[in-house]
Amino acid sequence: MSSSSGQSSVSFSIRKGGLRWGETAIKTWLRICTLVSLFTTVAIVVLLLAESLGFFREVSPLEFFFGTRWVPLLNPSSFGVLPLVWGTTLITVGAAVIAIPLGLASAIYLSEYASDRVRAWVKPVLELLAGIPTVVYGYFALTFVTPVLRTLIPDIQVFNALSGAIVVGIMILPTIATLSDNALRAVPVSLRQAAYAVGATSYEVTTRIVVPAGLSGVMASFLLAISRAIGETMAVTLASGQTPNLEFTMLESIQTMTAYIVQISLGDAPSGGVAYQTLFAVATMLFFITLLINIISQWILGRFREVYD
Amino acid sequence: MDARENADAAADKKKGTEAVLDLQDVSVLYSGKPAVRNVSCAIWRNRITSIIGPSGCGKSTLLRSLNRMNDFVDGVSIEGKILFAGQNLYGGDVDPVEVRRRIGMVFQKPNPFPKSIYANISWGPSINGYDGSMDELVERSLQQAALWEEVKDRLHDSALNLSGGQQQRLCIARALAMEPQVLLMDEPCSALDPISTAHIEDLLFELQSRYTIVIVTHNMQQAARVSDYTAFMETGSLVEFGETDQIFTRPEKKRTEEYVTGRFG
Repeated sequence: MSSSSGQSSVSFSIRKGGLRWGETAIKTWLRICTLVSLFTTVAIVVLLLAESLGFFREVSPLEFFFGTRWVPLLNPSSFGVLPLVWGTTLITVGAAVIAIPLGLASAIYLSEYASDRVRAWVKPVLELLAGIPTVVYGYFALTFVTPVLRTLIPDIQVFNALSGAIVVGIMILPTIATLSDNALRAVPVSLRQAAYAVGATSYEVTTRIVVPAGLSGVMASFLLAISRAIGETMAVTLASGQTPNLEFTMLESIQTMTAYIVQISLGDAPSGGVAYQTLFAVATMLFFITLLINIISQWILGRFREVYD
Repeated sequence: MDARENADAAADKKKGTEAVLDLQDVSVLYSGKPAVRNVSCAIWRNRITSIIGPSGCGKSTLLRSLNRMNDFVDGVSIEGKILFAGQNLYGGDVDPVEVRRRIGMVFQKPNPFPKSIYANISWGPSINGYDGSMDELVERSLQQAALWEEVKDRLHDSALNLSGGQQQRLCIARALAMEPQVLLMDEPCSALDPISTAHIEDLLFELQSRYTIVIVTHNMQQAARVSDYTAFMETGSLVEFGETDQIFTRPEKKRTEEYVTGRFG
């Protein structure tokens, strides 16, 4: 017990002291914050489903899903959603055709060829591009892209699908580039070395080893970008107009599902009627389409992780 | 390789054959800091040369400079000359891809491609324009790597399903399929259990009559067992180079003796 032997004896307790108030309070607060966003999501889904049910009491699902005319506000009305789905499809496919090759090429450049210095500079700029408000892209389409297109294609309408597809493509490009870059960089260096060691060129290593090995991450980035394109609202409303259209044309005005929601939300339909409820039917459909795509991309990403962990 | 040559090889074991690689005053620098300093030695044809030394002595760095795998490290530079069939590996008109076709490499951790066993072997030869029978090449390479019997019924299964030791032999087979003039091995057994290690060492004995092998190892017993020549490195410098028997039984340098008798490292 004494220090004379050279050993010191310290008295201490490992029992609980006072309650750690601070810690408990913080934990509770964090839990409440999480619940708020969870509750909001659930509330939105419930609202969408409830109002959609009201809609489908008035309009048969057969007419809604398979009808080819969307005239919700005039008499006689017609509630075939296909023209809106088609509008969204034109924009999404057009945007994907632009953004996937450019985005993948940027990702390959960033992960395989760019020096660390270039990468450190380019990636934040790309992420900045993703942070520009979409309404700005819409005005960019109207005031720059469309005038340029009109000089190239004189027949093109002021509001047209092509202009919308181009700006949405630019908008989703950073998503593809940065997420694909992450996926490619997650491919182990040892795999690249293995390929170089059997006499592969950089091009062969990239296209035959790295991209296939990172393919699930790359595919997931495509799907996330596509789901963003589907949900994109302001840019397409401004650039591509408000005309439901089931023609295969990029040069005319169209209307996407989101643009229709904007139109109704701006007060074109009296609250409570069937026309108003179409808003929720379309929104529910949009919600399930993007949800499905996000689930698929998460599933693909999950498979990707299994390979290298 | 016929029987007479094999006999010659055995008889000549103590004699030097011709040098495949001739290192002349080689230094490797990372951002100006030397990791390998002024190494001169020769790698002899159809011999196994091991490079031993404590961790961080530059042995892997030196090995990687022999097939230009260091090219991918930012800020690396090489001084001196490495002659391969009389040509400097770092000469201005040398194609590093061509160098790596002729000087193969097996890495510390098995790194099979996430492809089938068959594709792991065939990929290198196919991108390099091999036009013989691919099935034969795959079988021959797997046999040379003592893996054929274990995998012949599942050549099209993923290579990632093999055990670590099998994966490493697959990586050796993959390198052999390129019919390299020199095979570099960077601590090929360090990630393997003792039984798999024994497998690979047996394999090295099989290969030594036909291939020139340079193996980096921190396992002195392994160097003593498998190699004809041994290079001992410390802090980036080549302390001693000689026949393995001599290095382990009658080292000329005090430092070598201390290392091989386990007094440090």
